[in-house]
Amino acid sequence: MKKLIDAVDDVVVDALAGMALAHPESLSVDLEHRLVLRTEPKAEGRVAILSGGGSGHEPLHGGFVGHGMLDAACAGEVFTSPVPDQMAAAIAAVDRGAGVLQVVKNYTGDVMNFEMAAELAVAESGTEVRSVITNDDVAVEDSTFTAGRRGVGGTVLVEKIAGAAAEEGRDLEQVTEIATRVNERARSMGVALTSVTVPANGKPSFELGEDEIEVGIGIHGEPGRHREKLVPAKDVARRLLEPILAELPGEGPVLLFVNGMGGTPLLELYILAKDAHEVLAEAGVEVSRHLVGNYITSLDMAGASITLLRLDEELTALWDAPVSTPALRRGL
Amino acid sequence: MNTALTATDLAAWLHRCAALMEAHAEELTSLDAAIGDADHGANMSRGFRAVDGIADDAAAGGPAALLKKAGMTLVSTVGGASGPLYGTLLLRMASAAGDAESLDAAALGEAFAAGVQGVADRGKASPGEKTMLDAWTPALEAYRGAGDDLAAAATAGAAAAAQGREDTAPLTATKGRASYLGERSVGHIDPGAASTALLWQALAETVTGEESR
Repeated sequence: MKKLIDAVDDVVVDALAGMALAHPESLSVDLEHRLVLRTEPKAEGRVAILSGGGSGHEPLHGGFVGHGMLDAACAGEVFTSPVPDQMAAAIAAVDRGAGVLQVVKNYTGDVMNFEMAAELAVAESGTEVRSVITNDDVAVEDSTFTAGRRGVGGTVLVEKIAGAAAEEGRDLEQVTEIATRVNERARSMGVALTSVTVPANGKPSFELGEDEIEVGIGIHGEPGRHREKLVPAKDVARRLLEPILAELPGEGPVLLFVNGMGGTPLLELYILAKDAHEVLAEAGVEVSRHLVGNYITSLDMAGASITLLRLDEELTALWDAPVSTPALRRGL
Repeated sequence: MNTALTATDLAAWLHRCAALMEAHAEELTSLDAAIGDADHGANMSRGFRAVDGIADDAAAGGPAALLKKAGMTLVSTVGGASGPLYGTLLLRMASAAGDAESLDAAALGEAFAAGVQGVADRGKASPGEKTMLDAWTPALEAYRGAGDDLAAAATAGAAAAAQGREDTAPLTATKGRASYLGERSVGHIDPGAASTALLWQALAETVTGEESR
């Protein structure tokens, strides 16, 4: 493992310390609880949005803390859910009297820890806490017989759109409804070109031949559908989009989100975006909004995921609303 | 060892658990790398190192206080799914222990039963789904079937937990990260069942005063 890592046990805290130094004007970091917070908290009476999860998916979630998106993010160990104490500290820090919405990716550990945190918060301070569990990954088949679909790229869209709704001053019920709606209308699928290397383990998590791709991969390297020989980018786009389109609800224009897994250059992501655009055009699907880049990653894994969100007028307006975070900034 | 476990004995159990988690961290991580996300060993050894540090002080308050503090410590330090699951186990055991000064074989069995129910509730899982319950359930059954002799019961429980661990290999995972592998999870031992077998091994060693390895 050739990495810029000083001590395997300290990767999360060291990274958070660097993040605080890099964004002194907008972020503050609580190293004890491993939280990323806004330097200037949201106004009283506004709903706060909290997210978090295992580290290794940067910029998710800490990179999305800021105006128009998250109020706080809890960083767990690499690929490990944060613990309830962290969320409890975050809830106490961000609550402005209007309640807190937790955005939780559907992984057993995340769901359990956020559930315990919500129970603690209600018992200790009476803060109203709601949760939306994102589960946009279509790669996992027979989801009734598994822990359910994984939360992947759709999570970023939920955080952006629900964040805009909270910033506008909508109440907890409305913000929760919008977050739920985004999750219900988002579908994703990913592909890996190489394995991921978890620092604590030090070796690749799975074996993938030089000319092989794993289709339907999760953000921790978990496989989903099948393995095959590398195909041209446009065929990769098809492999990802066909199952997404088969399950995408509703009608009308979509937001196309082409996401890098961490080890794939933007050059290739733009190629995939072009190809995805063409495949969608062939299928008669209008793309009205785009997002291309590394937003929910998997350490050093090469690969990409595609997320489609079926927009409506309200979601489009909230997507377009100004946002100012380290990883996503527009209109401010 | 006595016929009933005092808080000091339970602290000795937790110390032994910590030593075994440390010694087997790499093995647990390798099992997890095969079907999960390669962090179970690191998480368990971090959590039990923290429990190791608080156990003696917490034991002063009696069995329930110790189990509660240890459970909270696991929830606060382990993360992942194992933190809430093992934490809930010890918290439910604490409730079941009540204000008893010590736990005899039957009382410890009741406490384990409450704890295992807690694991099933928290994880919304049942036996046969390739989880830690597949070690807990046979262990509890063997423990309770072995009668009033604490050493015999703990030894029987440990043997059944070890067997339960092995028996997870042919199962298909439908819970947790391994569920995404579906049939490809077959042939691999569940890491949570493996760490559960270590907790039972620690109990047997503490009660009998013999280290098995």
